[in-house]
Amino acid sequence: MSQPSDVEFVNVTKRFGDIVAVDHVSLSVERGAFFSFLGPSGCGKTTSLRMIAGFDQPTEGDVRLSGESVVGTPPYKRPVNMVFQHYALFPHLNVGDNIGYGLRQRTPQPPRAEIEKQVSETLELVRLSGYENRRIWELSGGQQQRVALARALINHPTVLLLDEPLAALDRKLRREMQIELQTLQREVGITFILVTHDQEEALSMSDTICIMHDGRIVQTGSPTQLYDEPINRYVADFVGKSNFFEGKVVEADGQGARIETPAGRTFAGRNPRDAASLQAGAAAVLAVRPEIIFVGSPGAGAPYDADVEAPAVIRNRIFLGEQTEYLVEAEGLGEVLVRAPKHAETQTGGFNPGDQVVIGWQAAAALALEDA
Amino acid sequence: MRLYAIAVYLFLYAPIGIIILFSFNAGRHASDFRGFSVKWYGKALDNPFVMDALTTSLTVAFTTAVLASLMGTMAALALQRVQGRLRALYDGVIYIAIMIPGIVIGIATLIALVTAFNFLNPLLASAWPGGKPPRLNMGYASLIGAHTMFTMALVIVIVRTRIAGMDRTLIEASTDLYATPWRTFRQVTLPQIFPAILAGFLLSFTFSFDDFIIAFFVAGSESTLPIYVFSSIRRGVTPEINAIGTMVLGVSLSLLVAAQFLLRMKARQARAAG
Ligand SMILES: Nc1ncnc2c1ncn2[C@@H]1O[C@H](COP(=O)(O)OP(=O)(O)OP(=O)(O)O)[C@@H](O)[C@H]1O
Ligand SMILES: [Mg+2]
Repeated sequence: MSQPSDVEFVNVTKRFGDIVAVDHVSLSVERGAFFSFLGPSGCGKTTSLRMIAGFDQPTEGDVRLSGESVVGTPPYKRPVNMVFQHYALFPHLNVGDNIGYGLRQRTPQPPRAEIEKQVSETLELVRLSGYENRRIWELSGGQQQRVALARALINHPTVLLLDEPLAALDRKLRREMQIELQTLQREVGITFILVTHDQEEALSMSDTICIMHDGRIVQTGSPTQLYDEPINRYVADFVGKSNFFEGKVVEADGQGARIETPAGRTFAGRNPRDAASLQAGAAAVLAVRPEIIFVGSPGAGAPYDADVEAPAVIRNRIFLGEQTEYLVEAEGLGEVLVRAPKHAETQTGGFNPGDQVVIGWQAAAALALEDA
Repeated sequence: MRLYAIAVYLFLYAPIGIIILFSFNAGRHASDFRGFSVKWYGKALDNPFVMDALTTSLTVAFTTAVLASLMGTMAALALQRVQGRLRALYDGVIYIAIMIPGIVIGIATLIALVTAFNFLNPLLASAWPGGKPPRLNMGYASLIGAHTMFTMALVIVIVRTRIAGMDRTLIEASTDLYATPWRTFRQVTLPQIFPAILAGFLLSFTFSFDDFIIAFFVAGSESTLPIYVFSSIRRGVTPEINAIGTMVLGVSLSLLVAAQFLLRMKARQARAAG
């Protein structure tokens, strides 16, 4: 790691009574990175964030900011700011006073003119110039979101924490804000740590994603790594969509494994991580992303040398605009989800439920994974 | 059904209406309306006994309201930190304090204070270094004490409701933005609960100002406005009494309306922001 790390967890565990919210987590977030915690509800994302902010203290282990342990340091002494899920804007203060709040807590307090100047600059940064005197409840959800962001950014924290900041927004606005957040992060160069359970959001914005499950880290990596080289079924399922064919490993080497399904078919798959658990006889899955599977008319021939081919019947067609998703019933495979890009459909015009087709894929694109 | 409702309201409000009407009576008899006049108001305000009683009432009500809202707010804030069974116990005690009839509080306070004074006064007299020893007695202090005890429970309930309705993350947001706990209290918690404190203040004031039962027992030789009215009625109801009653009614009602307004406004604001 070339950059020094801003946030470090060393074997951090957090218990609430009997509940283990965070379980022996170690991680390190590089300076200036856009880092995301991704995982299902209750997996400990918010708790991890709250330990960085200082609202919760770890039961065991150490939390470090810029190399220094901050265990026991109260939130108001940490150079970290948080954007809350429901924004937590102060209803009795107007927009300008909300944003200037952090500056007013400094000792000595900056002069009023200086605070006003910085507030208006920050409002400009979040594209809300001239909103100083608005009341909080006069703002739309997206505007409140930006005020919350400005209120945190004006302090130039070492780390900005965001707890599902976009969850309350509608889809289109969320998409816009994702792009805005990403641009903003590059502009200000502050380390962002985002909590989300929306995989699309994590994939599109982050440099590094940490996938959590039941308080533990399952895999940490770049979006591409997680998508192309998931370490197990859980990650492959959580990041993007996948078809899974369960079976047993018949033979494995450093590159991949062959998996035999209960129906008696054997498939080869690449193993991205050379997992030690993929020993002959162990339970495993073959993961095949829907977009690497082709679907064609019987007899028309595969677009490439397919290692696996099977006749199938279209069960369902979902038009997604730029592509079409088919649910097919394939011989010896069961239900398979297939995604066909628009350009592949220009000749055939697509298929309809009941059509006989052929599906197939290349072994090099399929993954042999631990069934966890 | 409608008739019945009308009858109930008539029964409730007709006497009050009559008092208001007769306070403007030009004649000198309470039951014989002789034309419209405000002279009895002037008379009441010129009467030194009335003014004396009014001063006592206002002093007691104001001091009670200040003490009750201060101590009640502090108690409500402290109770936030109490959890579990102890909390349930405190809650129970507070609600009981509100439900106990005034007459019981009056008698109980009287007995408790008299017992204490009987015990303390000889001690004080024997320990006093020469001169005339002071005697602990019923009066302002006992009035204020009894009223504060009762109204403090009201303030606790009102302020607690407001605290419970407050967004906890606001406090976290404030500490996250570098505010120390004390500054967070001053800049976030206090502004959020202030309308409730003010409402509690107004209600305490009204309660103390209107109270007759408790005051009757613990006022000693002091005379509050309700006690004055009670004792003058025995000499016959005059329009002057009606005028006093109407003024008290006016003050109390406006304070109650103000308190209600404060509580409502805050709830509306919270909803709009949420
Ligand atoms: N203050 C608390 N007291 C008791 N248990 C808690 C507390 N905070 C969190 N937990 C528990 O810890 C676990 C992790 O909670 P956390 O809020 O970190 O989950 P999350 O990943 O943020 O989930 P979500 O996506 O639903 O927000 C949950 O089982 C939760 O019930
Ligand atoms: Mg959460």
